[in-house]
Parts: sequence; structure tokens; C-alpha cells
Amino acid sequence: MNLEIWIPYALCGSALIGLGLYGLLVNARLLRRILAFNVIGSGIFLLFGAMARRSGAPYADPVPQAMIITGIVVAIAATALALGLIVAHARAGGGEGLPGDDAMAEVQDDEGLDGMSDGVSDDVSDERPEAQESQR
Amino acid sequence: MMASHFDIALCLLIFSVAAAALLGRQTFMAIVFFITYGLLLALAWLRLDAVDVALAEAAIGAGVTGILLLIARARLKAMDPRDAPLPHPAVRTIAALAAVSISAALGLRIWSLPPSEGLQKAVRARLSEAGTDNPVTAVLLNFRGWDTLLETLVLLAALLGAWTLSRDKDWPGRAGRAHHTLPDGVLAEFGRFLPPVALTIGVYLVWVGGHQPGGAFQGGTVLASAWIVTVMTGLLPAPRVDDASLRTALLAGPIAFVLLATAGLFADRFLYYPPEQAKALLLGLEAALAVAIATTLALLVFGAPQSREET
Amino acid sequence: MTDLLTMILTAIGLIFFAVGSLGLIRFPDSPSRLHALTKADNLGLGFIVLGVAFQAPGAAALLKLFLIWALAIFSAGASAQLVGRIALDSGRSDASGSKR
Repeated sequence: MNLEIWIPYALCGSALIGLGLYGLLVNARLLRRILAFNVIGSGIFLLFGAMARRSGAPYADPVPQAMIITGIVVAIAATALALGLIVAHARAGGGEGLPGDDAMAEVQDDEGLDGMSDGVSDDVSDERPEAQESQR
Repeated sequence: MMASHFDIALCLLIFSVAAAALLGRQTFMAIVFFITYGLLLALAWLRLDAVDVALAEAAIGAGVTGILLLIARARLKAMDPRDAPLPHPAVRTIAALAAVSISAALGLRIWSLPPSEGLQKAVRARLSEAGTDNPVTAVLLNFRGWDTLLETLVLLAALLGAWTLSRDKDWPGRAGRAHHTLPDGVLAEFGRFLPPVALTIGVYLVWVGGHQPGGAFQGGTVLASAWIVTVMTGLLPAPRVDDASLRTALLAGPIAFVLLATAGLFADRFLYYPPEQAKALLLGLEAALAVAIATTLALLVFGAPQSREET
Repeated sequence: MTDLLTMILTAIGLIFFAVGSLGLIRFPDSPSRLHALTKADNLGLGFIVLGVAFQAPGAAALLKLFLIWALAIFSAGASAQLVGRIALDSGRSDASGSKR
């Protein structure tokens, strides 16, 4: 195939940016929006990385690579802070959505319909058994 | 270099896994798919000859982000919050249109980009005076050192932001929640075996970043994970947030960088490293950065101090 | 010759991984899925590491490969133990493996 190597990755990056945007707008739960935001970010990084390979030299351009590494670290810092805010927001009684998200169609249900949720989806953290019982 | 069928398949797989992460029904599955997506991206970086980025993506993008997401999910699930409603079908249509048009616009623009030289030659030309043989490390710490300096401050700011979310009655205390495990159980054995190995690998990664792919960020993340495993398996308590040596470790990176940068003022200008001492200076800077990054990431994962009665 | 060995061993490893994933999808409850995952996937990993070892450019690379394999097996064992215990404790299945 005579496609240069950076082309599929650049197109994948653009597709990921669009997918992340869709996920950001459509998901009601805040945790999912953080996932979508990270997908947008990594799509942009993939775009950068593909651009780094464009010039046809045998090695990749180090400047976009350094920018991507910086971006990855900043993204995780932002994600950590955002997750802390989401947990604090829920702890203060805000639920897992933002006020104003109430275009009501149906309620998004978290437990799956396939059989793959048993035993593994319960959290492995330091929850006491009584606390787990009271959730059901 | 030419693309192969593997690249096409990998790109399709990356997109599908990302779609599964964003559009699936269960949050736990979404997070697992997201971690897988991070690992597949690391493969993509390898195909694009960006080995340093592959290491960073696997460690930070897939690893630490995955832990943060799983912990947040567990805490949210324990609180059993109100469910959030799905948006109106009209919103979904508009969102889909926006997504497709942005992707298409980007894709078309990329397809018609003119050929370009890139900055490889410029970097290679000055690599000998940069103090390191790894071009990416040279760019990160020397040529674009300003970005990295600000990046360490961003990390610190995120940690401070996370700390302000703790309740007044919990502050100051040990970071995060207490972890209790059986002293001779599986977790404890895991915690005894893994951290020394991780420590060795982390230090090696920081050291080798001077001439091969690696560096302070990748090594610092592995060091952070050694500490996280030790605390999560109950072998060590989490540090107290007002501990002086902890705060020194957190500030080691930014302070070392700022000092080095201002010292450059006496030689020539801000952020200037004289080529004869550049190698030693960069090694010291990488060590300080690795300590700061390891401490900051570990504390971000532990979280703000929280008492056990919290839901 | 070494390339052929690499291809054969890696292919065998891939088959084991595929079988393990099939078990993950098809088995009814956590312990049996764990069984499929730990047995098949670790064997698959062993074959892949063995296959790739023939391409290693020196002793240092071989040692690193072995270290990766050891770490993966160790983590898989520990996490399988923990997942199994959680599955038992949360009452999803009793020790005989039948789903309650």
C-alpha cells in the first residue's frame, strides 16, 4: 500500500476529536464527560504525533513529541482535579449531573443488561459489606 | 515510511475502543475500555517512532488516569447519587452533526497539507550543545524548557486545587483514606514485592532518558506507582499533607527549574545552560523533576485527606 | 529460521489469547472466567515472549523481556486472587462455582 504512515493516524486523530466532542455533548454523567474530554485531548495528540512523522526523514520530529508529553502530563493534572471536583460536587448533594442538564428523555441506567457485570463491577475499595448491601 | 495493513487495523481498533468507552452503558466498562484505548495509543506511538511518548502514554495516559477514574467511580458509586437524564434526541443529532463536520474539516485539511521539513534538522544541529543525546529530552528540558517549567507549576496547581476540596475537619491529616489489608494476604505480598522492582525501573528510566527514550516524566510516574502500591496495599500509611519533607519534595522540581533558569541570567540569559556544564545540569534537573513528578502524581492519586466515615 | 520460529510461537500465543477471550465472553460467572483468563492468557503471554525473544538483539534485551513476563504473571496472579475473593464475598457464586 502506498499510503504514507502518518495519514491513517492523522485521520484517526481527527475522528477521535469528533467522537470525543459527541461524547462530551451527549453524555449526562460527569465522569463520562471527563472520558470524552480525554479522548478529545488524545485525538489532538495523535494528530500532532502524525504531523511529527510527515517530513520523510528516518526519525520523527522531536518538538511535537515534547509538546505531546507536556500535554499528556497537563491532561492528567486537569483530569485529577476535575475528578476531585465531581466527587466533591456529588458529596455536596449535586448528584452526578449538572443543573440545567434536564432535557428529560429517559434516565441513564448504570447496571448493564448483558451478563458481564456480576462480581467484577463492584468496587474493590475499602467499602464495608454493610455499605454494599444498602446500595441494592 | 509507508503505512501497512497493521496501521489501518490499529487505527480502526483505536476508534472502536474509544467509541465503546464513550457510548457504552456501564461506567466500569467505559473506564476499562478507556485504559485499553490508552494502551492501544501507546502502540500507535511506537509505529510513529515516538518511543518517549509511548512510554508516557502507557504510564500516565493509561495507567495513572485509569487509577484516578476507578477510584472516582468507586467513590461516586458509594454515594449512590441521583441518576442524570439522557439529553433530548435533538441534542444528540446536533452533537453528531458537529462531531462529523469537525472531523471531516480536519481530515480534509490534513489531506491537503503541503509537504514540510519539520524541525528535526534544526534540533540535530544543536544537539551536541544541549547536554543530552536524546532529542526529545533536549527539546523538553533545554530548547523548550520554558514549557516544562510552567508544566511543573501546573502540576503543583492541580494538586493544590485537589487539596482545597477536603473538608475543614479533615485538614491537615494523612492524604486520602486509610487502607486496611490483611498483613499476610495477597495484597500485602504484592506490596512487598513490587515497589522495589518499580523503584529500580523508575530510577533506570530517569537515568536512561539522557541517551535513550525515557526521562523524568516516565521514570517519575513509575516511581509514583511504587509509592501508590505501597500505600494502597496497606504497608505504609499515606503521608501527612503538612509534612515538611513531603512539601519539599513537591517543590523540588519547580524550584530547581527556576533556580537553574535564573542562574542562566548570569551566564547569558534566562533558561540558558552553558554547553560545557549542560550535561551535569540537565541530569540534576531531571532528578529533581522526577522526584517532584513522582510525589505530585502519587498525592493526586491518594487524594485530599478524608476520614473513613465519609461516604 | 529465527523469523519462522518467532512467527509460529507468536501465532500460538495469539491463539491462546483468543481462546482466553472466548472463555471470558462465554463463561457464566466470575470464577470460571478467571480460570479462562489466567490459564489461557498467561500461557499466551509466555509463547509471545518466547517468540519475541528470538528477535532480541542481545542479552540485556532478553533479560528485560524475562522481567516483563515475570511482572505480568505476578500481577495477573495477584489480581485474579483478589477478583476471585471479591466474587466469593459478594455472594455472586458459592465455592462450588454455581451462580446464585
